[in-house]
Amino acid sequence: MKSKVALTGNEAVAQAMKQINPDVVAAYPITPQTEIVQIFSSFVANGEVDTEFVAVESEHSAMSAAIGAAAGGARAMTATSSQGLALMFEVVYIAASMRLPIVFPVVNRALSGPINIHCDHSDAMGLRDSGVIQLFSENAQEAYDNMIQAVRIAEHSDVRLPVMVNMDGFITSHAMDVLEVLDDETVRNFVGTYVPEDYLLDAENPISIGNFDMYDFYFEHKRQQVEAMKAAKEVIREIGKEFGRISGREYGLIESYKLDDADVAVVVLNSAAGTAKGVADELRANGVKAGVLKPRVYRPFPQDEIREALKGVKAVAVLDRAETFSTCGGPIFADIRNVLYDLKNDIKVVNYVYGLGGRDLRLEHVAQVFEELENIRKTGRVDETVKYLGLRE
Amino acid sequence: MATLKELSRVEERFVGGHRLCAGCGHGISVRMILNAVEDANVVVGCATGCLEVASTIYPYTAWNCSFIHNAFENAGATISGVEAAYRALKKRGKIDRDFKFIAFGGDGGTYDIGLQSLSGAMERGHNIVYVCLDNGAYMNTGIQRSSATPTGADTTTSPAGKVIPGKQQPRKDLTAIMAAHNISYAAQTAINNWQDVHKKAKKAIEVEGPAFLNVLSPCPRGWRYNTPDIVQITKLAVETRFWPLYEVENGKWKLNYKPKKYVPVEEFLKPQGRFRHLFKPGNEHLIKAIQEEVDSRWLALLERCGETPELPPR
Amino acid sequence: MTPYNPFNRNFGTGTRTKAVRPDMKWHELTRAGNIYEPGNANTYETGDWRSIRPVWNKERCIHCLMCWRYCPDASVIAKGGKFETFDYKHCKGCGICAKVCPVNAIDMVPEDEIKKVKEANKDEE
Ligand SMILES: Cc1ncc(C[n+]2csc(CCOP(=O)(O)OP(=O)(O)O)c2C)c(N)n1
Ligand code: SF4
Ligand code: SF4
Ligand code: SF4
Ligand SMILES: [Mg+2]
Repeated sequence: MKSKVALTGNEAVAQAMKQINPDVVAAYPITPQTEIVQIFSSFVANGEVDTEFVAVESEHSAMSAAIGAAAGGARAMTATSSQGLALMFEVVYIAASMRLPIVFPVVNRALSGPINIHCDHSDAMGLRDSGVIQLFSENAQEAYDNMIQAVRIAEHSDVRLPVMVNMDGFITSHAMDVLEVLDDETVRNFVGTYVPEDYLLDAENPISIGNFDMYDFYFEHKRQQVEAMKAAKEVIREIGKEFGRISGREYGLIESYKLDDADVAVVVLNSAAGTAKGVADELRANGVKAGVLKPRVYRPFPQDEIREALKGVKAVAVLDRAETFSTCGGPIFADIRNVLYDLKNDIKVVNYVYGLGGRDLRLEHVAQVFEELENIRKTGRVDETVKYLGLRE
Repeated sequence: MATLKELSRVEERFVGGHRLCAGCGHGISVRMILNAVEDANVVVGCATGCLEVASTIYPYTAWNCSFIHNAFENAGATISGVEAAYRALKKRGKIDRDFKFIAFGGDGGTYDIGLQSLSGAMERGHNIVYVCLDNGAYMNTGIQRSSATPTGADTTTSPAGKVIPGKQQPRKDLTAIMAAHNISYAAQTAINNWQDVHKKAKKAIEVEGPAFLNVLSPCPRGWRYNTPDIVQITKLAVETRFWPLYEVENGKWKLNYKPKKYVPVEEFLKPQGRFRHLFKPGNEHLIKAIQEEVDSRWLALLERCGETPELPPR
Repeated sequence: MTPYNPFNRNFGTGTRTKAVRPDMKWHELTRAGNIYEPGNANTYETGDWRSIRPVWNKERCIHCLMCWRYCPDASVIAKGGKFETFDYKHCKGCGICAKVCPVNAIDMVPEDEIKKVKEANKDEE
């Protein structure tokens, strides 16, 4: 049974957590994630879940306790944003290296400084090399759906990795949206019971976790993590299909929007993909063959799918909601360009950094991007590879 | 009180083959504490430091029980997460066995970088034991000062130089800070008195709720004393009242050992290379200041314990 | 050696029953560097760190087990509540046991001397 409800992104994520009813949640509040912790606490207080909620004193401890809990054999979760994720940095790597299936929503917010509470992706991008799986969500519906699938992905025996479920701060987390939620039983059956393989509370099989790993074996254990990331792609696809069967919404690694015959395309994560699709529709009505590529999974990077989806386009603009300060563009830009290089068909790839600190991405910004792509397509010339959208210049 | 005959029959939880230096106090402390667990199931957590790096060099573990190391500053949070998992899985009928939870941290991982994580874990009331193995410096990274380093000690970041004679600040009183959390049990002990360690470890393990033990755990390398003399050096720490043995149970402070006579702190300092510079002619005032610190702390402790605040007879 | 199969459920975990060996490939090692054999450090020998060794004097020993209590390396083996032997595979020769023995029933003897005595005994054979 499915039902249509109006929820904010935070409420949708909290709803998913309630239906999953994890063994342990350890979390700390931060804008714009705070509501998730508050709502979940009220579920605990009212007996709507029987999760052990650990109200830790920091995000570092939130992830540390989640690590302890997951290593103990529990289905464990945390949730954070921005500074909280930055404070967790050290232990996110450790969670991944310990191969612990911790699911944690991240409500994307700009990193200080200067301090700011609004959306950009600098928090998530800071951990793109940490070894966690990163899912992105365009809206509350996707955030809800991703949370439920994340549990299965994380716990799959070929994977056993933490999964970060991203959604845009305020834009998605606080805006009321109409979405379809599944009934409790369907979710419960879908996520199933977690069966840990190696865990501290297995009295018959004591285990040492988090050992000192020197140059003689560390490298091999890192290589294993890479393999788990590779395996995750197939697992994410499978689970995305299975989720489609219970919800009618099937998921892959990327969403291709009108790319089949597209000449020009925009690549963008999270909520801005909605804006971009709207603009593409308008342009299509005017005869411009515009399309949009929205990576749902950013780590592991779906290089094959992206290459396949973009192989026919003439010009691509990658929209990055984060800076790298490398002076050669944003993080997704580097990845996309890298992937297209192998095609050797001279697709022009440009980069736009947008929306830092919550700056609006307006329809006309995206229209301008497509216009510039059309120019590049026609002239074959790129004047400037990296530009800014909506900046005072 | 169990005898050593009885205790020696308990299964060894921290086995030989670890790579701690010969004569390291941590090996003694950990063996004593885990011995008090007897045959209960136990999960051990450990902060980064000498104990952890020496005991879990892949593919070898010296821990004959479940063990987790996470990072340097989060042993408190990590063990609290394991304990939360235990409660959750027990409640849901996924496990049926009982477990005890013990975390070890060095003074660096406890007094300094891990204090917040420990404070949070204690405040939340998890049923855990946190054991600080205090050797008075960051030994694992090469003897740097911590807030547990005694006044005057020569460490690599508080070196005894031409102008500054070693560590300038008094020690942080961590045991009192932990007691101020109003936890079920907080105690300070030292390995020279194994009965005291055993009794306190047992109490800490048995009480409901959070317990904290601060164990003086000498490091022959960092302290620079004659390695076989570990019991004597620890005993001097207690006899000179540098390291008093006391416990705080449900808010009640109790002194566990009162030296019969006044032993000057010099006797503890003298055999240790880290205090050698204090004995140079002209530095008498430094030792005098250390003595004054020890004496005033002792009097304050006696008062807290409801004893007459007086120094032992000379 | 098992051929690599990414869909093997036990991939990277398959050594619960086997000891990790240096010649193992990355996918044969335990997952995440977990160690499944509690206390397997006792298969790692630290006895060669020792330059002096504790030697037990049976006649003097009163079996108080202070040496057992204070050995940092669990290298005093007690059996049935009595001193049994030293574990020379792990004893690092720190000398603490000799120091805490109340009746001087442990002598610390340089390994060189032990070696000389052994060789001398061999010559006699
Ligand atoms: C976040 C972080 N900072 C610094 C270090 C480096 N480090 C590892 S162990 C250690 C000192 C340990 O000292 P202590 O806790 O007193 O334990 P000991 O080795 O003395 O027993 C330091 C500074 C680290 N591992 N992690
Ligand atoms: S340096 Fe000190 S604390 Fe570290 S192992 Fe050696 S003796 Fe022990
Ligand atoms: S300490 Fe001495 S007397 Fe006691 S058991 Fe050991 S060897 Fe025997
Ligand atoms: S010399 Fe040290 S390591 Fe060897 S048995 Fe005695 S106390 Fe243990
Ligand atoms: Mg230390």
